Amino acid sequence: MTYVIAGSCVKDDACIEVCPVDCIHPVPGDPDFETAEQLYIDPEVCIDCDACVEACPVDAIYPDFDLPEKDRDSLEINALFFAERAVTR
Amino acid sequence: MSPNGRPRLAIVGAGPAGAFTALQLIRHGDTFDIDLIERLPTPWGLLRAGVAPDHGEIKMLDETFERRVLNKGCRFFGNVAVGSDLPHGELMRRYHAVVYAVGAQTDKSLGIPGEELPGSMPATAFVGWYNGHPDYRNLAPDLSGETAVVIGNGNVAADVARMLTRDVDELARTDVADHALAALRESNVRRVVVLGRRGPAQAAFTNAELRELGRMAGVHVVVDPADAELDPVSEEWLADEGTFTARRNVERLREYAAAPGDPSATRTIELRFLRSPVALRGTDRVEAIDVVRNELYRDERGALRARPASDATEAIPCGLVLRSVGYQAVPLPDVPFDERSYILPNDRGRVLDPATGEPVRGVYAVGWIKRGPTGILGTNKRDAEDTVGSIVSDLRHGLLNEPELDCGVDDLLDGRAGVVTLAGWRAIDRAELAAGQASERPRVKLVEREALLQAAGG
Repeated sequence: MTYVIAGSCVKDDACIEVCPVDCIHPVPGDPDFETAEQLYIDPEVCIDCDACVEACPVDAIYPDFDLPEKDRDSLEINALFFAERAVTR
Repeated sequence: MSPNGRPRLAIVGAGPAGAFTALQLIRHGDTFDIDLIERLPTPWGLLRAGVAPDHGEIKMLDETFERRVLNKGCRFFGNVAVGSDLPHGELMRRYHAVVYAVGAQTDKSLGIPGEELPGSMPATAFVGWYNGHPDYRNLAPDLSGETAVVIGNGNVAADVARMLTRDVDELARTDVADHALAALRESNVRRVVVLGRRGPAQAAFTNAELRELGRMAGVHVVVDPADAELDPVSEEWLADEGTFTARRNVERLREYAAAPGDPSATRTIELRFLRSPVALRGTDRVEAIDVVRNELYRDERGALRARPASDATEAIPCGLVLRSVGYQAVPLPDVPFDERSYILPNDRGRVLDPATGEPVRGVYAVGWIKRGPTGILGTNKRDAEDTVGSIVSDLRHGLLNEPELDCGVDDLLDGRAGVVTLAGWRAIDRAELAAGQASERPRVKLVEREALLQAAGG
């Protein structure tokens, strides 16, 4: 499984600070940080530890199997963010 | 220093930027005695009065502010307007540092005829109305017409379009203001037309907001397939400068354009692109809006702009026009202001004297009044970190203000009627949460200034 950041993310970066494997991007200073509407979790790197879930001040992070119906696109969108990034870098 | 040896700092404006500033100051050493001074009786600014009621999960951020700011000894003085009630000079006589976090309190106008007709208003006023902001309690938007037009393509435009069309029984489970809920229950609005000056690729909606429009029960999102096709200028722009969000938005808008109409939908949101309003018409109130079709071009600096493609106008009959083309800051008495950028002139949050370009000792800015009305809630966290970095450095180098008095605003506010302290805000909060619990809602907001003050004193 992986954790997934839903569209209610407010870009408080508390999750980035606690992630032990740096799988949450973009990070402050990245060229795409300011234009990003939210933060995303790389499903290939996430180790399912749930540190980010505890840190998120707006409860925007869910395990993939527990995404609310209204956020069902978020799993694909999180993965797509990293897929597109890999191409452009 | 205060009797306890700590320097005093005042934050003017208890919205997200001010709250994040207090939070970062406490986190980085907790060196200052902090007073949070707010124009309204309640803290948290646009988190309370801007974020849409159906985005309750975002409003949870207030718990972080309560826990990490107000519970950490930061004082609160609500219903105190710095400038009129409390001049800047009085703050400078008392604090080692004053941080302006007042945001951008007005909206940009369209500058077209008829804009001032009844039935035409800033989307921000409508937002304040449904969110129970006391200043907009009596706005009474006329929802008797079938069509409402929203001008702008950002998230405020998406919020108001959603609020005008969302199932009222769903809204009834949120903290939407009671007067707004009652008015929306009686609303005749069935069609919301959202106008974007530029094309689908340049729309400033987040992808999350755009997806959400299509998820509402009973609402059909209409996009003209011709509008969803990109012109060559936009194709090139999307490939060169488009963001991840812009690419997703274009995909989503094409899906909307291709989707068959939902026969069970009773309300529609029409997203129209490359359209600019040129006039609002009506005898006593708005009856129609005239729009022109635009084309995109690159100006001499390469920036993508819209211009009318022809003189032909189309009239859209409507009873309500909400404009959402940007926020604008208001100057503060006795504090430098940049009239061109509508911000406090500053260098990493240090407010600069426009005459000398040198920092004004002890005066700082954070949030929209520092950087302009851009970014989302969390953007203020980094912004606050930046300003706090300057303050902490200035403290270390002896560059803060040297106040002549050895106290905060207590002497000025003691005994003044209507000042809401932390205890007062806690009483308001308890009353609203209790009323919410009784009606299975997150909270029921008190919306009259008098009612808020009464709850605070009770």
